[in-house]
Amino acid sequence: MKGIFLATVTALAVSVSVAHAADKPAVVYDQAGKFDKSFNEGVYDGIMKYTKESGVKVREFEPKNEAQVEQGLRRLAKRGYSPIVAVGFTMTSSVQKVAKDFPNIHFTLIDSVVDLPNVESIVFKEHEGSFLVGALAAMKSKTGTVGFIGGMDIPLVRKFGCGFEQGVKYVAPNDTVIQNMTGSTGAAFNDPTKGSELAKSQFSQGADVVFAAAGGTGIGVYQAAADAGHYAIGVDSNQNHLHPGVMLSSMVKRVDQAAYNTFKEAAAGEWKPGLQVLGLAEDGVDWALDDNNKSLVSADMEAKLADIKAKIISGDIKVHDYMSDSTCNY
Amino acid sequence: MFDTLIIMLDATLRVSTPLILAALAGLYAERSGIVDIGLEGKILGSAFAAAAGAAVFGSAWIGLACGVLASIVLALIHGFACITHRGDHIVSGVAINTIVAGLTVTLGLDWFGMGGQTPTLSGDQRFTEITLPFADALRDVPVIGQIYSNLLSGHNIIVYLAFLMVPATYWIIYKTRFGLRLRAVGENPHAVDTAGISVAWIRYRALIVCGILCGIAGAYLSTAHNAGFLKDMSAGKGYMALAALIFGKWRPVPVLFACLLFGFLDAVAVRLQGVVIPGMGEVPVQLIEVLPYVLTVLLLAGFIGKAVAPKAVGRPYVKERA
Repeated sequence: MKGIFLATVTALAVSVSVAHAADKPAVVYDQAGKFDKSFNEGVYDGIMKYTKESGVKVREFEPKNEAQVEQGLRRLAKRGYSPIVAVGFTMTSSVQKVAKDFPNIHFTLIDSVVDLPNVESIVFKEHEGSFLVGALAAMKSKTGTVGFIGGMDIPLVRKFGCGFEQGVKYVAPNDTVIQNMTGSTGAAFNDPTKGSELAKSQFSQGADVVFAAAGGTGIGVYQAAADAGHYAIGVDSNQNHLHPGVMLSSMVKRVDQAAYNTFKEAAAGEWKPGLQVLGLAEDGVDWALDDNNKSLVSADMEAKLADIKAKIISGDIKVHDYMSDSTCNY
Repeated sequence: MFDTLIIMLDATLRVSTPLILAALAGLYAERSGIVDIGLEGKILGSAFAAAAGAAVFGSAWIGLACGVLASIVLALIHGFACITHRGDHIVSGVAINTIVAGLTVTLGLDWFGMGGQTPTLSGDQRFTEITLPFADALRDVPVIGQIYSNLLSGHNIIVYLAFLMVPATYWIIYKTRFGLRLRAVGENPHAVDTAGISVAWIRYRALIVCGILCGIAGAYLSTAHNAGFLKDMSAGKGYMALAALIFGKWRPVPVLFACLLFGFLDAVAVRLQGVVIPGMGEVPVQLIEVLPYVLTVLLLAGFIGKAVAPKAVGRPYVKERA
C-alpha cells in the first residue's frame, strides 16, 4: 500500500515537473536579431504560432555579443527553462558547455550538431533547396550570368553557394556563377550597405539574378536588385513579400516548423535528443511560390522544378554537400 | 578594363560620401578643440531619425531635416558635457555612441514594431538618382562621355552635396572670420579669449556645424544608399571618418582624398572577391578584407609623415582667474 502510494506520488511529482518544464520554453536568437526578416525571424514565426495555439509564452533572449550567448543559455537553464532552443551555428560551443552542466535541461540546437544525451540537433540539407533555386535562377536568367552573395565566409554558407551553383549548371552548363562573401565575422550577416554594393558589383558583371544567403545583409541585396530592375532570391524565411515582382523566389528553410515542433513535442512529453536532418523529402527545405512571385514563374518552369525536386528526393540527382569534404567538386 | 575602372570609381563615390561628410564634421569639431569620437553615434542617430521621419511624413527632405535635428541635439549634448562642464571628450563621445546604439533600436521597436527597423522606404521617401543634363546624349562618346554619364551622373543629391562641402569647408576654415577664430580656438584658446571672443560660443557653433554634417551623412545611409534603418547600420563609418581626418592631417582637401582612398579600397575589395589571380588561385575573402587597413597602416607609417593635431584639442578651456 505504502509502496503504491509512494510510486503514485513520485509519478505525480515527475509528471508535474515534466509539465512544468514544458510550460517554460525558451529561445536564444543569434546576433542578427530576431527581426532579421530571414533565419531568426523564421524561428520567431514558429514561436508565435506555438504561443497562439497553446497560450504558452516563450522566453526570448537576444544576445548583443558573442560573450552573452553562453551567459544567456546558462541563466535560462538555471531558471529551469526547458526546452531551450538555440538558434544558429554560432552557439555550438556554448550549447556544448551549458548542456553538460545542466543534464536535466533539454536543448535544441538549430543548424549545428552537438552530441550529448540532452541535446537535439536539427540541421537542414540547404544544398538541396539551393539546388532548386539555382535551377530556377538559370531558367530565368537572360544574360547567362547569375550571382550568389553569402554572409559570413563559413562552410555552412558555402554549402548554399555550392548547391546553388550545381542547380544552375544542371539547367545551363555554360552559365557563369559569380560568388561573393560579405565578410569573415558575424557582422557579415547584418551589413545591408555592403550587401547592396556586392549586388551592384555583380550586376555590373552581367548577373541578372542574385541569390543572397546572408541574413540581414540580404535586405540590401534585394533593394539593389529592385533599384536595378533585376531579380533576387531570398533565403531561410519566405521573403517573396519584401519586393513583389523582384523576388523570384525564396529558398525556404523551415526553421519555423522546426522550432514549433520542438515546443509541441516538449509539451506532449515526446521531445527526443539526437540528430535530425531535414531535406526536401522531409519538407525541411523548399522553394517558395506564392502570390508575390506567381507572375515571375511560368507554368513550364514550375513543372521543371517539380521534376527536379522529385529527382532529388528519389536520388536520381545527387546534390553534393560542401560540408562533407569542404570542396565544391561535383 | 576601362569599364571596370569606371564601375569601381562609381562605387567609390557612393561609399565615400558618408565618410566625407562625417570627416568634415569631425574637422570642424577638432579644429575648434573638441575631440569627437561620437561621430559614429551621430551618424547612427540621424540615420534612424531620417528613416523614421521619411517613413512617417513620406518625404525624404523632411527625413533629412529630422536626421539633422537629431544629430545637432546629440552634438549639443556632447558640447554641454565637454564645453560647459569641461568633461572628458572621449568619455562623452563613447557615451553618446552607446546611448544611440541602444536608443535607436528601442525607439524603433516602440514606434514601428518591426524589431528596431523602420519600414522599407520607397518613392518620395528616398533620395533618388539624378541624371545630369545631356548624360544620355553623351553616353556613347568614348572616354569623356563614359566618365560623364556613368561616373558623374546618376548619383543622388547628397553625393554631390558632400563633394561641394569640401571647397565650402576650405573657404569657411581658411577665408572667413569664423574660420580664423575656429582655428585659433583649437590652437590657443587663451589668445582668443584675450581678444574678447567667447571660446565656448565658437566651440558650440563648431559642434552645431558638425551635427549638421553628421546628420546629412546619417540621412544618406538610411534614405539614399539604403532604403530604411537597420540596427548598427553605421557599421564603423564614424571611426573610419575619424581615421581619415587624422590621415588628412585635419585639412579639408587631404581629408577628401583620404576618404576617397578608403572608399576606393572598399570598392576594390568588393570587386576583387572571387577573382582568380595567376599563381595564387582565388583570393581569399579575409585577405581582401584586411587590405584597406594594411594599406592605411603602411601609408600612415611610410608616406604621410607626422600628423599634428590642433594644439588645444581635447583640453577643456578654463579661464584663468587671479
